[in-house]
Amino acid sequence: MSIVLENISKNFGAFSALDRINLEIPEGELVALLGPSGCGKTTLLRIIAGLERPDAGKVLLSGEDKTDLDVRKRGIGFVFQHYALFRHMTVFDNVAFGLRVKPKSSRPNESVIADKVHALLNLVHLDWLHDRFPDQLSGGQRQRIALARALAVEPNVLLLDEPFGALDASVRKELRLWLRHLHNELNVTTIFVTHDQEEAMEVASQIVVLNRGKIEQKGSPTQIYDEPKNDFVSQFIGHTNVFHLEQDDSAWLKNSGIVLDDTDGITAHVRPHHIGVEKLDGNAASPITLTDWQHLGATIRLELSNEGFNGTAKVIYAEMPSDQFKQSRLKRGDKVSVFIRQAHWFNLEKPHAPEAATNFYL
Amino acid sequence: MSQSQIMPGFKPALGYTLVYLSLVVLIPLSTLIFKSLQLSWEDYLAIITHKRIVASFQVSFGSALVAAAVASFFGLIIAWVLVRYTFAGQKFFDALIDLPFALPTAVAGIVLATIFQPNGFLGKLLLDTFGIQVAFKPLGIVVALIFISIPFVVRTVQPVLQEFDTSMEEAAASMGASRLQIFSKIIFPNLFPALLTGFALSFARGVGEYGSVIFIAGNLPYVSEIVPLLIVTKLEQYDMEGATAIALTMLVISFALLLVINLLQHWVRKRSGQ
Repeated sequence: MSIVLENISKNFGAFSALDRINLEIPEGELVALLGPSGCGKTTLLRIIAGLERPDAGKVLLSGEDKTDLDVRKRGIGFVFQHYALFRHMTVFDNVAFGLRVKPKSSRPNESVIADKVHALLNLVHLDWLHDRFPDQLSGGQRQRIALARALAVEPNVLLLDEPFGALDASVRKELRLWLRHLHNELNVTTIFVTHDQEEAMEVASQIVVLNRGKIEQKGSPTQIYDEPKNDFVSQFIGHTNVFHLEQDDSAWLKNSGIVLDDTDGITAHVRPHHIGVEKLDGNAASPITLTDWQHLGATIRLELSNEGFNGTAKVIYAEMPSDQFKQSRLKRGDKVSVFIRQAHWFNLEKPHAPEAATNFYL
Repeated sequence: MSQSQIMPGFKPALGYTLVYLSLVVLIPLSTLIFKSLQLSWEDYLAIITHKRIVASFQVSFGSALVAAAVASFFGLIIAWVLVRYTFAGQKFFDALIDLPFALPTAVAGIVLATIFQPNGFLGKLLLDTFGIQVAFKPLGIVVALIFISIPFVVRTVQPVLQEFDTSMEEAAASMGASRLQIFSKIIFPNLFPALLTGFALSFARGVGEYGSVIFIAGNLPYVSEIVPLLIVTKLEQYDMEGATAIALTMLVISFALLLVINLLQHWVRKRSGQ
């Protein structure tokens, strides 16, 4: 089922949770609604589900206006952040619930229900737990039962609210991949909410970045990462170094490979892995020193201190493959030269005295 | 108890509990038993199988059960309204719930008797329109017991309802369950253990209630005479043995019924995996 949101607004008192959201989600996509807490992503998910009514705007499901349709009739599957499993029912009864509450005319008989429930429990690899109660399960198991329960009614859309938020790191990693594979298998339109950009990049085919009730950018993980539309997206997705031209030494930026003459902004965002670092001999006059480094596995993160233009130290983060780091024989306290391979420019118009700043540096 | 605990003091706490239970509960109750043991088995049976006594047992336990059931029903609704909705005067109504706890029961009985007697405000209305007489009938006893036992139900159900995870309801709705199904299959089963506790407390209170009942009951032998009243009557006649025999019987029946309710509760909890 395709989903179209037209001009969705939602206020809670004076607080505007969502401000004229327009979004199209084609059938079969696996979409992440990504944003910091309080950005309105969960509210948007609940509006799509029908658990919340928008103050203005329309929700179209498969092209039909379903804004006022009750959650009971929308045919969605919703997985809650804390799973909301029915504590007084066994795992089996939890999954069977959606089938058992169907009106008599469309309700399958108990043996069909049993077959279907066991098939779903096998899908999430938990059939052996069918007679347990939710309180007896681990977090990851509860999560998968909640998913099986939501799938039992064969929803047209699967909605997940922070699906991995309450799980520990290793279980989370495993379930992310599992969700992606499950989506490939079932091919049902799936939207999940997360504040974790890594999770969004890893799982989703499309990412919608939200901030303060507005969509900042929408696109594939590659687009979002490689072509961030604004400084919020650039900083929220992955790590980035921020250089403000009027504050920092433009001279060393020039030396570092940035062409300042045709920039389209006054703030440069540089990803750590777009910074090359080379060791200089001790006597070289470089303002940059390697102060610390951390081993992140395949890459090494370097912490560089920049005794800049007016002497104020500034920390620059760079990353390089660990093999390269070994060969370079860098150690703490080394003077280094820095080469910036790529930068994103933002804030074309700075509200405070833009001319002065531009003239000063160019 | 060799493993380390965050809160120490198992031994003094247990000791205190035992002393307390002995002084306040066990010793008085065993005195009751010793006193009635002075009777022979035949005498004992003769006392408690007396028709008037049997009738009063039926009145007492019957009306306490009915009152506890009604109080559970309305107490659940009151707790629901207080937790789920916000309205003007909510805090005021919430405070009102506890009033029967604080009011001397005799006052409650006199007030109820006044308004429910055949020419009282509500009593006249009910008698004229439906032909129902409340005061001086077993129905009057039930009314008085409902009045005093409602807070037990409200105060046991309310916290559970407050803690209730409403996303369970949303989950059920997203799977297509109707409002009735959500209540009967999701909300009610989760409230049931608390409701059962409220019922048991109401029932226990209702069986032992004296002050509020005697004013509205009319105390007609075989019709609206409650067991506690008979005990008092016996005592006033210096029939100590008779009084203790009735009291002991009442104690045993009450204990058995509460035990049954507790077992039921245990079964309910176990069945729902808690």
